[in-house]
Amino acid sequence: MRYVLKKTVTTLATLLVVSVVLFASFQLISGDPATRMLGTGATPERLEALRAQLGLNDPLPVQYVRWLVSYLHGDPGISYVYKQPVSTLLASKIPVTLALALLSFALMCAIGLPVGLYTAKHAGSALDHAVLVLNQVIMAIPPFFSGILISWVFGMMLRLFSPGGYVPYTRSVAGFLGYLVYPAIAIALPRAAQLSKLLRGSILEEAGKDYTRTAYSRGNDTNGVLYGHILKNALLPTLTFLGMSLANMLAGSLVVERVFNIPGISNTLLASIGNRDYPVVLATVMWIAVFVIVSNLVVDILYRALDPRVDVE
Amino acid sequence: MEHRENPTQAGEVILEVRDLHLEFHDHDRPEVAVEDFDLELHRGEIVGIVGESGSGKSMTALAIAGLLSRHALERRGQILFDGQDLLRCPRSTLRHYQGDEISIVFQEPMTSLDPLQRIGRQVEEPLRIHRKELSAQQRRELALRTMDAVGLPEPEKVYRMYPHELSGGMRQRVMIAAATISRPQILIADEPTTALDVTIQAQIIALLRKINEDDGTAIIFISHDLSLVRQLCHRVVVMRKGLIVETGPAEEVFGNPQADYTKMLVDAIPKVVL
Repeated sequence: MRYVLKKTVTTLATLLVVSVVLFASFQLISGDPATRMLGTGATPERLEALRAQLGLNDPLPVQYVRWLVSYLHGDPGISYVYKQPVSTLLASKIPVTLALALLSFALMCAIGLPVGLYTAKHAGSALDHAVLVLNQVIMAIPPFFSGILISWVFGMMLRLFSPGGYVPYTRSVAGFLGYLVYPAIAIALPRAAQLSKLLRGSILEEAGKDYTRTAYSRGNDTNGVLYGHILKNALLPTLTFLGMSLANMLAGSLVVERVFNIPGISNTLLASIGNRDYPVVLATVMWIAVFVIVSNLVVDILYRALDPRVDVE
Repeated sequence: MEHRENPTQAGEVILEVRDLHLEFHDHDRPEVAVEDFDLELHRGEIVGIVGESGSGKSMTALAIAGLLSRHALERRGQILFDGQDLLRCPRSTLRHYQGDEISIVFQEPMTSLDPLQRIGRQVEEPLRIHRKELSAQQRRELALRTMDAVGLPEPEKVYRMYPHELSGGMRQRVMIAAATISRPQILIADEPTTALDVTIQAQIIALLRKINEDDGTAIIFISHDLSLVRQLCHRVVVMRKGLIVETGPAEEVFGNPQADYTKMLVDAIPKVVL
């Protein structure tokens, strides 16, 4: 419990540092939001008035604290371009991207873990060799390309879904997930290949250790040794990979959303960067940072729960 | 040396190894690990197998414990136990004896325990596999009693600990507790004290003798350390390069060695003047 508390405090400190760095870096990017909003034909008086209204004339630390406080209250400001609260703007997009990332993660585990387990158990078999080769191929294909292939094969040829025919979750959750499965496969496949390879290697390494022989000497059958002893040990190195994968899935989502025409945060983020729409960009990037850092926190706590050797200090 | 009753003549034969021959095939030329190995183990007897590394003693131990890997190994001869040939019987029959009637303790107590499992759970494992009729409470009680019997202090506390929290000597006691919890007929100890310092060695030897005397467990004690074998064993088998060089009651072999190799080994035992 003390460990969880300590880790949580560290995580919050990290997030604070990230927020400072993010806020500061946006000040370095050239471009004046007031000019953006009013156009180049605006009078200096009107620009000045808008700057004052947006608080852009205040010292940076004041701007930062004001932004942080309102961000923590769930109000990351007003979009310069769309003239509506950033929270409203992102409220419909973040769940979509989050759903895609989590679905990809679930698919990665659902494919990678059983395949890793099976190939480890039947190491050296013909199927094991086939999977080994297939893994190498799959790892080499980036998600945006496999996304196009999947659209073509499953959408155009097999007509299992209509590419571009995104269904909002507000209309039908089943339809929404049914559409997201295909981009999720594209994101999950390369990581699933890595995961199965990692788990296979990890299991085979643990199988050669002394405690495995001890487990056999007590009368365990192969499954007893594998599920009773090896698997938990073999999953430890995999856990770190899973944590990194969550962040990777999010990045993958941003790219693949464009291929599959999914209204997640990808389009909003890119458009806002082009428009110097700082409140939107800041809020989006901050949200991604929170997602990545919190997923790391979860992995650290899980690791601690699984491995008694991880010391508190 | 204290006098020990030799149960060789009294007890029935519980394990018989005949013409054991083990041969590796994972290199270009086949490599013979054990050849023409014979052994009769009587109930309640402690037999020592001594020899330098590479003499085939550990391979023999693993063969009796049913732990030889299935690949790249040719095996001939018989290992007879309970009317079965352990070299040829199905894996399921072998598993039925492993951890229940035939147990083994290994050389490396630091790595032979599962690092992620509590001590209690590991000590109880043979019961979970072989005595399914026992309740969790009964298993726990038996584990605590066995842990106490092997000299683990505060068994209740150690029961909840993880291997990394224990010293090497304590871990070896845990291994012995797990190996003896189901009161096996045969306990194989494969260099159980090699990784431990000398005072702990003596304690483990005393513990093995106690188990042998209290429960009548037959012990096959594998070691390269002749003075330990001399202290503990009733009968000795001396091995070299996969072959038996000499065998007989411990006192005879050590008192009046016949083979040159045994003579050399005996001469090499440091003479401790007390």
